[in-house]
Amino acid sequence: MTGEVDRLHGEFEQLTGPTAPPSRRGPGGRPWASWVVLLLSLAYFFLPLVGTLLYSLREQPFLAAYAEMARDPQILSTLTYSFAIGVITIIVSIVLLVPTAFWVRLRLPRLRPIVEFVTLLPFVVPPIVLVFGLISTYSGPPLPFTGTNTGSDVLLTCAYVVLSFPYMYRSIDAGLRTIDIRTLTEASQSLGAGWFTLLWRVILPNLRVSILSGAFLTLAIVVGEFTIANFLARPMFATYLQLISGNLAYEPAAVALISFGITWAAMGLIALVGRGSQAKVELTGAH
Amino acid sequence: MSYLSLTGIQKRFPNGFVAVQGFNLAMEKGEFVSFLGPSGCGKTTTLRMIAGFEHPTSGTVVVDGADITDRPPNRRNVGMVFQAYALFPNMTVADNIGFGLKVRKRDKASIARRTTELLELIGLPGTGKRYPWQMSGGQQQRVALARALAFEPQVLLLDEPLSALDAKIRVSLRAEIRAIQRTLGITTVYVTHDQEEALSLSDRIVVMSEGRIEQVGTPFEIYNFPTTPFVARFVGTLNVLGARVVDASAGRLDVGGQEIRTAGPVGAAAGSLVSLALRPEILAIGDGGPDDVRLRGTVDEVTFLGAVVRIRVALPGSAGVASVDTFNNPHLAVPVRGAAVTFSFPAEACLVLDGAGRDAVAAAATAI
Repeated sequence: MTGEVDRLHGEFEQLTGPTAPPSRRGPGGRPWASWVVLLLSLAYFFLPLVGTLLYSLREQPFLAAYAEMARDPQILSTLTYSFAIGVITIIVSIVLLVPTAFWVRLRLPRLRPIVEFVTLLPFVVPPIVLVFGLISTYSGPPLPFTGTNTGSDVLLTCAYVVLSFPYMYRSIDAGLRTIDIRTLTEASQSLGAGWFTLLWRVILPNLRVSILSGAFLTLAIVVGEFTIANFLARPMFATYLQLISGNLAYEPAAVALISFGITWAAMGLIALVGRGSQAKVELTGAH
Repeated sequence: MSYLSLTGIQKRFPNGFVAVQGFNLAMEKGEFVSFLGPSGCGKTTTLRMIAGFEHPTSGTVVVDGADITDRPPNRRNVGMVFQAYALFPNMTVADNIGFGLKVRKRDKASIARRTTELLELIGLPGTGKRYPWQMSGGQQQRVALARALAFEPQVLLLDEPLSALDAKIRVSLRAEIRAIQRTLGITTVYVTHDQEEALSLSDRIVVMSEGRIEQVGTPFEIYNFPTTPFVARFVGTLNVLGARVVDASAGRLDVGGQEIRTAGPVGAAAGSLVSLALRPEILAIGDGGPDDVRLRGTVDEVTFLGAVVRIRVALPGSAGVASVDTFNNPHLAVPVRGAAVTFSFPAEACLVLDGAGRDAVAAAATAI
């Protein structure tokens, strides 16, 4: 599970940082072998998408499935709702995890392994168990959250905050590793800054790339999450996708591709925003 | 009344290690004091206690009559320059310099004015819009200095600010630091392990070793009149020769079987072992003047150091080896190895240090 998170982070590192020049020699010294491996990997990833695209284009006239989805108001409303929940999840995660990771790294380094373990628990607890736990705890007094839409929204957000822990915490922690937080903290304190000013004006801006990479991962997870949304009966994009897949033939394929496009656009934004920022952080100061 | 005073400062860490003990220092307003010592001597820990990043186990820190011992670092009005510059990478040079003023809620116009003024002072006008990563190490450190001075702190602390820079930049920047400090008249504490920095910059130097103050004095006093063996050995180059007191009140010593007379009485009993400390530049090959002290020995090594020629002379018995530094001269008659020579020095140049026992004297009887 840790390896899965590291793999995803590795992919984002490749997007945001300078890429090493491709090796000219493949395995066993054969130059063409690395190209074969790359092409096979790309085929493995893209062939199902191509198949989905071709399937979505079967309906006549051309792009009819896409046109049909564009006319459906629910696609926009569920996407908007999912993004809104995603953004709130990200904000809550940042507010919770940035001070935590900062304090652990600055003053409580011995707690790091424990905090890391806690943030990996979402990998151990399946979403179905999480949502049943939430429903059984919050469906009655004293905290009947499931009784109202707003209450269910709150539960949903909290569940997603938990699910995002591994990605957000590790992103933030990786970002903190690249800056000398102890010296920056002391520098800002010597200039008269309190803890809030330090976090808001010094630490957070220097974690921009890390937070963004964690945020977009979180957004992708939230937009694609089905189990919790379904059991809490919230109008998320994934539940809408499941609904139409039971009733329509080609439109679900079109919507799935649209969601892929949105996710890739989000990842492209990370690369755009993060380019060059990391180099600036590393160049400043004598290390 | 002193402007900055540290009284009875002790720092004991939770693991029992005592980093600083019995530290007492009073500084006047506008004074430049360096804490000088080897790594681990407690100088940075003491500086951090003034800044508020470490809390003393006992003792007080008072600035301008106010006890700031228990104040958090962001309420001490003390500026600090760090070894690693610690500029905020996400802010421009101007924003870095103005940070302390912005925290104090000064208006934008006065922040801009003050920033421009400081950029002129540090010799970097017009660089306000640059980012730290676009500047050299020396420029970054100047910006760090300007940032620490922007809000007109009561005390300026510098923690080995030049150690990350190359030698040439270090020399030019330290002169600038001193000039700026004199212009502003700000009370300054400077931590360094570099003797040349401490000697050239300071009004006074606090030499530290193993958490204690060894000596406090002007650079002239520290260099010419060290009061402890540590200071004598640590600051500058020193010949330390083994000697035995013959007549303490008359200042007569036996150095390798040769009797000499110091300028005054010796504070040790007759027959006891002491160390005779002599700066190499004070010694001269030859008999010297009629009042000079003379010692005879054998040339052990002659080293050509460019502007200086160093002649090592081995004294008889276990007195040790003395290095005689003389300015290079094309017409200099340099003695050869194995030759018998006499070297001389003024009696006033003799520094007699307390004897620490036979082994210590023998071990110390080499030029450092």
